[in-house]
Amino acid sequence: MITKRIIPCLDVKDGRVVKGVNFKSLGDVDSPVALAKRYSECGADELVFYDITASAEGRALFTDILCETAKSVFIPLTVGGGINTVNDFDRVLKCGADKVSVNSGAIRDPSLVYEAAKLYGSQCVVLSCDIMRQNGKFCVFSKGGRESTGLEAIEWIKRCVGSGAGEVVVNSIDTDGVKRGFDIELLNAVCSAVSVPVIASGGAGCIEDFIDLFKQVPDIDAGLAASVFHFKEVDIGELKREMYKNGIPVRM
Amino acid sequence: MTAIVDYGVGNLFSLCSSLRFLGENAVVTSDIGTMNSADRIILPGVGAFGDAAQKLRSGGLANTVVELASAGKPVLGICLGMQLLFEKSLEFGEHDGLGLIPGTVIPLYGKIDECLKIPHIGWNALEFKKPSVLFKYIKNGDHVYFVHSYYASDCEPYITSVSEYGADVTASVERGNVYGCQFHPEKSGRVGLAILKAFTETEQTK
Repeated sequence: MITKRIIPCLDVKDGRVVKGVNFKSLGDVDSPVALAKRYSECGADELVFYDITASAEGRALFTDILCETAKSVFIPLTVGGGINTVNDFDRVLKCGADKVSVNSGAIRDPSLVYEAAKLYGSQCVVLSCDIMRQNGKFCVFSKGGRESTGLEAIEWIKRCVGSGAGEVVVNSIDTDGVKRGFDIELLNAVCSAVSVPVIASGGAGCIEDFIDLFKQVPDIDAGLAASVFHFKEVDIGELKREMYKNGIPVRM
Repeated sequence: MTAIVDYGVGNLFSLCSSLRFLGENAVVTSDIGTMNSADRIILPGVGAFGDAAQKLRSGGLANTVVELASAGKPVLGICLGMQLLFEKSLEFGEHDGLGLIPGTVIPLYGKIDECLKIPHIGWNALEFKKPSVLFKYIKNGDHVYFVHSYYASDCEPYITSVSEYGADVTASVERGNVYGCQFHPEKSGRVGLAILKAFTETEQTK
């Protein structure tokens, strides 16, 4: 039986894992390579590297880090951030990425998903989507959740999956950072709309939130989080033992 | 030295890195001389069977792999590379493989529960069916990482492990010095590295 995946996300800026707004220093683990190794050793099923650099120097640093990580961490690596063209896909795939996630780039140019899937296969193309409720509807936001796009989320996701996206990361802006659990309603809506794997993001504050996610959204494939793992509020080994105890299929 | 056959299909970065991580001299090559002098051969692959089989043949590499395998050199096919070891595939029509292992590659679609997602993507447990050299450092029930929509069938005598995904999906095969993994050992963490390590310890049999 396929297991439910636990995915730590590393936001990388200028070669370092970035601290959240009000967070204390990451200290000795803010090297992305060291952190990736630590996660891999304690049972992470996959890693997401998110490039939030704007400068060309930062981009080069990012690909160096990706290469270095891919040389010593042997679990699937997904890369996102700044992916606007198929050349961007090429750039990160050559450095050891297995999957590439697109967000604002696909909103700007919806043919990007189709072109990338044709070149690299659907398994390589991940649609990442920032979603917030507005007037009772699920709406897609771009630019890291700052700009409303006017797109209805479920329709947008179905359209991208139809174009070849092989996986969908659903980031709920409403629950993100609040640490009171994942957005169960939104996630169930997405899972019943598409047949590709769906990854939940936004809202995890404790182990119980992951257990609730997998129990209340039976079709969800993975739970993704960042700060709760970085600051050891949730230990991946302990989380997986709890999942196992709760009868959730998990890789130990 | 382990030669990773480069025939223009898929990303060889991780495979190469994982072998080097294990201390193995890994060479990505499409040179027949290099393949001849290698201690063992890895046939990787991602993508569509027909296209890959054609690329492998057009460079004369298909014949080389078959000759070397017949001469007893250890050969490991990974993912699509494993599927290419079989006689044929029914992916988008019917295509001939290398015929090193009897069997046919067929779609998961129609063979597994309708509610299950295709591709079969993620971590799944290995259920050993037969002893294999590749299992030297791992145990029954260990998890490995899969990404595929087709699988090998009609090859029961050669199946060494399966994974349960609505059906028993062929996970690994072995016929003499020819080995295949449907999953990606280079993406399967500690367990995958252990499988690759066991392969790098295989030697020419004839």
